[in-house]
Amino acid sequence: MVETTDNSAVLALRPGDVVVLSRDGLDALISALREADYDVTGPTVRNAAIVLGPVSSTSDLPVGYRDEQSAGRYRVVKEDDERCFQWAVGPGSWKGEFFPSKQEQWRAVRSGETYTFVEPRFESPSLAIFGARPCEVAAIGVLDKVLSQGTYGDARYVSRRRDLFVVVAECGAPASTCFCTSMGTGPGASDGFDLSLSEISDAGGHRFVVRVGSERGGAILSTVARERASSEDLVARERLLEDAETTMSRRMPSGIAAVLAHSQESPRWSEIAERCLSCANCTLVCPTCFCSDVHDVTDLSGAVIRERTWSSCFDLEHSYLHGGSVRASGGSRYRQWMTHKLSTWWDQFDASGCVGCGRCIAWCPVGIDITEEAALFEQDAQLPEPEASAR
Amino acid sequence: MSSDLRLDVTESDGDGRGALTPILHRVVSRHQETADVTILALEPLSGPRLEVRPGQFNMLTAFGVGEVAISVSSAPRDPGPIQHSVRDVGQVTHALCRSRVGDLIGVRGPFGTDWRVSLDDVNSPILSGGDVVVMAGGIGLAPLRGAVHELVARAREGGGRVFVLIGAREPAQIVFNEDLAAWERDGARVLVSVDRGSPQWRGRVGLVTTLLADAGFDASSAAALICGPEIMMRFSARALVDMGVDPHRILVSLERNMQCGLGWCGHCQLGPFILCRDGPVVPYAGVVSHLLSERER
Amino acid sequence: MSESMADLVRSHPVAAGLGDDAVALLVGCAKNVAFNADELLISEGASADTFYLLRRGHVAIEVHSPERGALVIETVGPGAVVGWSWLVPPYRWTFDARALEPVGAIAIDGACLRTKALSDPAFGFAMLSKVSVELLERLQATRLRLLDLYGRTDVQ
Repeated sequence: MVETTDNSAVLALRPGDVVVLSRDGLDALISALREADYDVTGPTVRNAAIVLGPVSSTSDLPVGYRDEQSAGRYRVVKEDDERCFQWAVGPGSWKGEFFPSKQEQWRAVRSGETYTFVEPRFESPSLAIFGARPCEVAAIGVLDKVLSQGTYGDARYVSRRRDLFVVVAECGAPASTCFCTSMGTGPGASDGFDLSLSEISDAGGHRFVVRVGSERGGAILSTVARERASSEDLVARERLLEDAETTMSRRMPSGIAAVLAHSQESPRWSEIAERCLSCANCTLVCPTCFCSDVHDVTDLSGAVIRERTWSSCFDLEHSYLHGGSVRASGGSRYRQWMTHKLSTWWDQFDASGCVGCGRCIAWCPVGIDITEEAALFEQDAQLPEPEASAR
Repeated sequence: MSSDLRLDVTESDGDGRGALTPILHRVVSRHQETADVTILALEPLSGPRLEVRPGQFNMLTAFGVGEVAISVSSAPRDPGPIQHSVRDVGQVTHALCRSRVGDLIGVRGPFGTDWRVSLDDVNSPILSGGDVVVMAGGIGLAPLRGAVHELVARAREGGGRVFVLIGAREPAQIVFNEDLAAWERDGARVLVSVDRGSPQWRGRVGLVTTLLADAGFDASSAAALICGPEIMMRFSARALVDMGVDPHRILVSLERNMQCGLGWCGHCQLGPFILCRDGPVVPYAGVVSHLLSERER
Repeated sequence: MSESMADLVRSHPVAAGLGDDAVALLVGCAKNVAFNADELLISEGASADTFYLLRRGHVAIEVHSPERGALVIETVGPGAVVGWSWLVPPYRWTFDARALEPVGAIAIDGACLRTKALSDPAFGFAMLSKVSVELLERLQATRLRLLDLYGRTDVQ
């Protein structure tokens, strides 16, 4: 496990190897990725939030920032702290990198008696996502099942996603809204990455324990100045993850899929609907929500343009069926969202649609908490059936 | 990327066309079937005709208006072009119904599951030699038409007897009258009941399920295909089960908002199903019998 | 004659599960009848005395209007009980029942049956239960038709 060569890196690093980088080393890694022609995208502070954007050095990262999140609340706070990853997750998930919120599918141009279809070329930049949380990498895996592994794969999604270089940042700063431990997606990363960072700041100094997850991850890392990981470094990483797990107070009940499958007629849905604004914030910040609208627009030249845009099951139009919406009440739409996310997603994609990132809790303007609601449904399911009244 | 992530891509066809890009078809004939139903026959501008199994649907584009899911009502045995029966219920269907011979229409498909009546369907729950009951409500006969064609032809070749039970609002809204007569000539038992009679109507007036008692099929060996409004399908399926038909051998065709046909857009979810992928044709037994009784609103 | 009448009654769904005594009571009020196409079995407004257990052929339950002629509400076939108004006062038919084709039926004298039902409540209850099965089925079917399921739905 522990790297045995010196900094000249005669031997390339292999999957499973672990090294330690200083902040300068991390900068060198970013530079190495950029030199290898990757567009490096990562967390950065803009408009008082941690959002995704181009990263050319560690100074673009949210150095010294932490986030405060609770139901219906998100704030970033700047502190005197050298750490780059002392926050949980921002509002923007990575799904927009592979599944843009608006995509032109084709343009049909009238040419004489017929139409000519012009399809925009797939942009396939070599993308490196830098500092994604383990829950977010899990979310990309969930989206893969939806958009690339069905009967039909979305070629646009796949072209952006296929060669993705993933640098995961293991989570040492979960927010109060986080519940990845109960979803099995964090705070540590187990797979799905090329390189995994764990940021340590202790008596031993500020440093990053880096694990290699792939051949190409090893190859890039081999070009960067690094030190061998000591047993203290490995213990510090373990402690980071243990502390993160301990501070995570929210959890998703493990049997929620079965509970919700039998809660279709629960009065709780209308009760939630009294609070829910059907604003669709939860679906927009969710890293796995994939619904889209397919619609045509025309331009002044007479060309017909087919677009695909993000949509939400909270829209009344989402379930429109010649003449009306199948899910007309707010309660039925919340039920569709929550039941799909936690229960029928298993039927459809053999996975949970929720990874426990907690964004839907923080960004709900009225603070509806999916874990709290799930616990209530679970509690209802455990209560004995009410005595049958005379009918 | 690590090796456990699988990225399979199957495009809708091999020439690099995006899965959301339609194939241009021309309207080669149109027929006003009822006041609000128009039958469009479509030929591709180039390339072969689409091969569609009865029960599957296509996405039809009215250029500049939009795209809509329409079931295919021609049969694989039909020699002519592919046919869609379009009911004028919204913007896109209105534009499709108003299209003229020679107009261009975009076609993507076929999508979804079928009525399991194709010759190569070796495990079909429908083609076991017993009677086949086909129940259609209103325009619900359109996606069933190809299946009935197939079943009637099969019956003449020694397959199970065919019973076609049709419910319609009124005599003027009965679709495919010529087919009904032809199926009857070819040995099928065809019964029609309307919700409202007319002075000229000498046939049955009543709910489509009232035809079941007179049809004369052997319930214990029968299979059934049902398509119509959900309420009609639910009561029809229950009536068949009450008569002794095996619910695993009853297929129904479910409908939800469909925008991509590819399983991507999420609009056509119904419980565990993504209907463009897992449906529209699904067995009534089990989860569907419960779904049909659940309140979604 | 009465033995074959008993067989006829037994073969009708309304007699399914009835004991021999009950069938005998029913037979006592029954006779075998036939109608040609277009003949009225029942006339709206007339005294509701005889009702019919259909054996073959179809019957239209209808009401007539001067402008629109006969309006068919529903059609019923073999196995049906045609006529229920004999059960309840004022014992007057509400609709016409017209044969759509040659019809074979068992005619039951409703007044006779009412008398027997009053003196033998167990028989009365059994008969009422039998008729209720059809009443319920027809009411449910009518309710579903009220929904106009195949009509346009573009106005919510």
